[in-house]
Order: sequence, then structure tokens, then C-alpha cells
Amino acid sequence: MAIESLQRDGFLTTRLDEVINWARKNSLWPMPMGISCCAIEMMATASPRFDISRFGSEVMRFTPRQCDVMIVAGTVTYKMSKVVRKIYDQMPDPKWVISMGACASSGGMFRSYSVVQGIDQFIPVDVFVAGCPPRPEALLHGLMELQNKIEKERTIGSLVRKEPVWIPEMPVAGKAGQPA
Amino acid sequence: MTNSEVIAKLKTRFGDTVLATEEFRGDLTVTVKKEEIVRVAEFVKTEPDLAFDLIIDALGVDMYRPEGRFEVVYIIYSLNHKRYVRLKVRVDEENPVVPTVTGVWPGANWHERETFDMFGIRFSGHPDLRRMYMPEEFEHHPLRKDFPLMGIPDSLPLPRR
Amino acid sequence: MPVRTPEETKKSQILAALEDQDTTVVVDDALENEMVLNMGPQHPATHGVLRLLVRLDGETVVAVVPELGYLHRGYEKIAENATYHEFIPHTDRLDYLSPLSNNVAYVLAVEKLAGIEAPRRAQYIRVLVCEMARVASHLVAVGSMAMDVGALTVLLWTFREREKLLDIYDVLCGARFTTSYTRIGGLQQDWTAQCTGMLNQFLEEFKQDLAEVEALLQTNRIFVDRCEGVGYLSQANCIAMGLTGPLLRAAGVPRDLRRDNPYLIYPELDFAVITATESDALARFYVRIAEMKESAKILRQALDRLPEGPYNAFEPKKVPANKERTYTKMEELIHDFMLVNLGIDPPVGESYGAVESSKGELGFYIVSDGTGQPWRLKIRSPSMTNLQALPMMLKGGMISDIVAIIGSLDPVMGEADK
Repeated sequence: MAIESLQRDGFLTTRLDEVINWARKNSLWPMPMGISCCAIEMMATASPRFDISRFGSEVMRFTPRQCDVMIVAGTVTYKMSKVVRKIYDQMPDPKWVISMGACASSGGMFRSYSVVQGIDQFIPVDVFVAGCPPRPEALLHGLMELQNKIEKERTIGSLVRKEPVWIPEMPVAGKAGQPA
Repeated sequence: MTNSEVIAKLKTRFGDTVLATEEFRGDLTVTVKKEEIVRVAEFVKTEPDLAFDLIIDALGVDMYRPEGRFEVVYIIYSLNHKRYVRLKVRVDEENPVVPTVTGVWPGANWHERETFDMFGIRFSGHPDLRRMYMPEEFEHHPLRKDFPLMGIPDSLPLPRR
Repeated sequence: MPVRTPEETKKSQILAALEDQDTTVVVDDALENEMVLNMGPQHPATHGVLRLLVRLDGETVVAVVPELGYLHRGYEKIAENATYHEFIPHTDRLDYLSPLSNNVAYVLAVEKLAGIEAPRRAQYIRVLVCEMARVASHLVAVGSMAMDVGALTVLLWTFREREKLLDIYDVLCGARFTTSYTRIGGLQQDWTAQCTGMLNQFLEEFKQDLAEVEALLQTNRIFVDRCEGVGYLSQANCIAMGLTGPLLRAAGVPRDLRRDNPYLIYPELDFAVITATESDALARFYVRIAEMKESAKILRQALDRLPEGPYNAFEPKKVPANKERTYTKMEELIHDFMLVNLGIDPPVGESYGAVESSKGELGFYIVSDGTGQPWRLKIRSPSMTNLQALPMMLKGGMISDIVAIIGSLDPVMGEADK
């Protein structure tokens, strides 16, 4: 319907939120916080076979000032946590975090004295991707879940009407493989 | 040279300094007195029949026994003769100081730093003895047997959320 | 009459007050100051979380202090609390560019301690897997060194080659990347005909693809100028610092554990040990490319001679039997229970087992107290020892050489930080 009005009249009407969220979710520039083995799978996701750039994430800029989503890939130790937090603070709003792999999500197989058991202890996380390391397809699935989450944000609502950005009654995905 | 020839050579040169020798699975381990380790190291490096010039590793072991709690093991390799040998010294808990071998093998620098970090064994004469892996402010030595696997709570800082 | 703003009024007042004062400014000679630059743990070109504190005089590097420990996960403490079998997945994550060679190295060290020998078929498959891991690791090393120096295309091409190898791992081990394929006494599962077909196809295409990469870089003026003469370390210094692997071979020392202290079935294979003499970044690059060709040769030979037979040793008290017997026979069930819960019980003693991994000599020093868990397990990581020589290589170079030198060193921080 919107496309017909575009073809007929040359313009389309929509909600501002939809346009903004559509632009944001299709151009997520990742900040690859590649720390250990998951970083190699992240590089493989950027390689020609799995091709993360078809999702808009072509530019893996290593400077936080130009990035939207930080993909924490690898084990975060206590010594490294300060650095991760610093980089997260330097990213401008709006920003999201994907926690890639078991080590970043929960400490993984390293239950020891120097590993932080989950990065959500010190930064807010939007999507957790499980696996050790997650296959590139799994990372792409996590990116798509993040895109779904961004699609449902109420950006203008939070600015103008002071509504919360995240709507709580979002349907949760059922068994793996089924759409939300 | 076989293992027994190496032992014979060391014993004729150093006599009492060689405390024990052990052969297991074809490997030779020679335990020497802690204070003489630098002299032994220079001998095994410069003697042409032995020529152990490549330092492979220097590590500590916490045997958790009342006498000589720690052991420092040096694994060395000879490029000409293609053989390994291990030199071992015993270190007490009350006086965990060992002379450094960085004068003989400069490559032992970081290995000794790691041993200091993990066990608390100090190396006298080391050019740059500071912690290797844990942050400088960390107060414990993780690989000692009395340090718990999950660490001591609040010993490492975490940024606030 | 022009109206003055308050700011303008203030400014004219300040200038008037300064007029009779001496306002010449004296600055120290700017070129005499040295700057400390922090190439922090998060950096595109440091191959992981390596922190370099670089003291610069303009653009010349005066001194470098590397700081490690940002990926220290406590492997050695974890090993003291896990059985020998339980530690095998941890070894994958050490040198995470070639996980299978770490598996083989650890299992060989434990087998040496426990006195077990794997059957011939298992040894051949381990050689195949080790050499595939070496090729995969060198592909990433060459690709990322070229990318750091500026040739981004090469990285994409080498990753495409690597994907073919990861497909073989997928079929053989069940996982593409962190495989945990070897077991004490043998392997997890057998080599199949499908794997043979895939490896044959890979070997056919590999020669051509490697030639393409070489053609892109070998005569490229920019690449050669950026890497030639950069990061030189004399042979005596290499030996003194304890370097191993392609770095030592690029300095002219023909040390290769596969030839000098052979393990598995390497004595039966025919391959050359590649050395170079210049000991700079370009020489190391050439050594890696040539080693990949030698590995392809070894793969061809081992694949042609692969014997039939069992792939697990018959040691009932140390190696679990296959699942069918475990579920149907009493003895095997009891052994399986004991091995999983309590671990194999090697004799009391210490041993050191090492292999030639793609970075250098990867060794495991195990102190056993007779129980199923090691008393002390020390990982001799080649990347940490190789990084020790970094300050000597960087001294006197320029900032832009730092990236090329780290690329030629090829450190993997998972291994260096343990």
C-alpha cells in the first residue's frame, strides 16, 4: 500500500519511528571488540562466505566514536573489563551491545579467578549469542534479532512523550527456529 | 651424549652441587643447589659437549610440602646435539629468592616474571621484576595451592554498570 | 557610534593591561620531547589484546614495553582442578588459529607421561590434522600481515581458502573451529571417505590459489618496501631470546621439531625444513608461504599412505572403549565410570612433550602425583616467548613498522596469556 502511494503520488506517509528505526537497523556499524577465539569467527562472518555486509554492517570501524553496536567477542577478564567499559562509554547514543559467545555471556568454560562471569555485570547487553564459538550463521541470527528489537523501539515516543523506549509486552520467541 | 654421560660430566665438574638426578620417560632432570644455579647454567651453556643454548621455559611448581615448598624448573635445549635437559632448584617458603639466569639466557626474562607473578618467588638480579599477567595492584599469587580457583572476592576491581 | 559587546570590552581591557608586560613565550624545543604512545589493548592491528607502550622520538621508536595479561584466563589453575580428559577442550582455545595442533600437542604430552601409544591409523590422522591446522594458521597469519600493511584483498582470499579447511573439520570433528578432536590414546571419531574426497579437492585447488596470493604480493613494490629490512633480529639474539618456529628459521637456524625430535610418523614422511637468512619481516613471510607448500606435500603423502585399523589404543584402564561396548558390557561400563569421574592415573613423575605448531614449539610440562588430575600443568607457549623479542626488533624503527613487525611475529594472545 505504501509502495502504491509512492508510485502514484510520489510520496508516502508513515510513522517517524518506523523510518528512523528502519534506517538504524539496516545500517548497524559494528565495533568489533574482538578479544579471543570468537573474534576469529567474527572475522569469518565478515569474510566473503558469510558476508555480514549484506546486513549493513560493512564498516567494521575500530574507533568507537563512529559505531552503533559493540560486538564483544571473547573472554573478558577483570583486567580487560575497564577497557571494555571505557570503549562502551565512548560510543555515542544510540548504541547496542551484542554479547557473542559463551565467555562474554556468562564466563563460558573459564570458571576461574580472573574471568568476569558475564559482561552484563558491567555493561547493559541487548542480545546474547550462545556458542563456543557461535557459528557465523549464529552471529548473523543474533544480528537479525537485534534488528527486530530496534524495529520495535519507540524513539520519537521517548523523546516527545517521555515514553520508555522498550515496550515490555513484546512476544518472546518460542522454540528455536520459530518466528517470534 | 647419553643421559648418563651428561650426569657424569656435571658430577665431575660440580660434585656436591648436584643434589639429585632423575630419568623418567627418557627425560633427564638434574636438581642443583639454589645458590649455584648461575654457575651451572654457564657451564652447560658454554661447554661444547653440552651446549644448551636455547632456553625453552622456566617455571615454578608448588609442591606444597614443608621442606622446599617451591621448585623452579628450567627446561633447556641444545641446538647442536638436539636434546633436552631440565635443571631444578628447590626454594623454601620463608626465603623464596633465587638468583636470576637472565645473564646466561636472556630469554628467561619473561618466564621468571611469570613465575614471580604466579608464585611469589623473587629472582635476585632480575632487570625488571614486575607482574606479568595479573594487574600490578593484585596482592596474591594465583598458582599457589592455597589460592582458591574462583579467586578472592573483591581482589580485582570491576567497573560499575 | 559602534556598540561594543561586553566580550569586546573585556578583551580590549585585557589587551591594554598586557601591553606593558613582557609577553614573549618560551617553549622548550619541541623536537626534544619524547612521547609515550599507548597502543592499547583494543587496536585493530595488535592481533588480539596486546598492549604496547611505545616511547617515540618524533616518529622513531626509542623503546617499547609490551604488557600482557588482558586475556589471562587461568588455564594452569583450571588444569589442576580438571581431569586430563576434561582439559582437552581448553587446549583448543590456546592457539585459537590452529586448534587441532594444540589438541594433538596436549594429548601427545599426556600419552608420553602415561606410557600409551596411539595406533598407526590414529597417528596418520593426527599428522593430517596437524598439517591442515598449520596451513589454516599460516593463511590467517599471511592474510592479516598483508592487511595490516595495506593489502586488504589478500585477507579475504586467504579466508576463503580457510573456509574450505573449516568445512573439512566440520565433517571430521563435528565443529568448525574449536574441535577437541583428539583423545588420550586416539581420536574422537574416524576419518571417513568424504573427508578424503574433500581434502583431495582442497589440495588440487590450493596450489593455484596460493600462487595467486604470491603473485599479488611478491613483486608488489609497496609490500616489499614496507617489509624488507624491517624488524631485523640477529641469529645470536634469536637464540638468546629463546625464539622458535618460523622466526628462528627465518634467521637461518634449521630447527624443526618434526625433524629434530620427531613425534608421530614424521620420520616416514619426506619434507624440507625451510630457512631464510635475512631475519626480517619479509623473510618470515616467505618462510610461511614456503611452509604452506611443504605442508601440502606432507598432506598428499600422508593421505596416500593412510592405513586401515583401529583409531583408539587398546588400554582398558586408560582409554575408554567405544560406546557400544560401554553400554552393553559390565567391565567397560565400570572403566568408563572411573575414567570420566576420576581420570586416568598416570604414574608419579614429570614429563615434557612438545610439538612444532605453526607459531613455534608448543610444549606441555606435566607434573603428575598419580591421581587423575595433574598436579601442575605448564603450557610452554611459543607466542609469549616470541613476543619477548619484540622490543629488540622495534628499536630504531618507525611507527608504521610496528604493525608490519607484529604481523610478521604473528602472536596469538590466547596462547601468550594462557
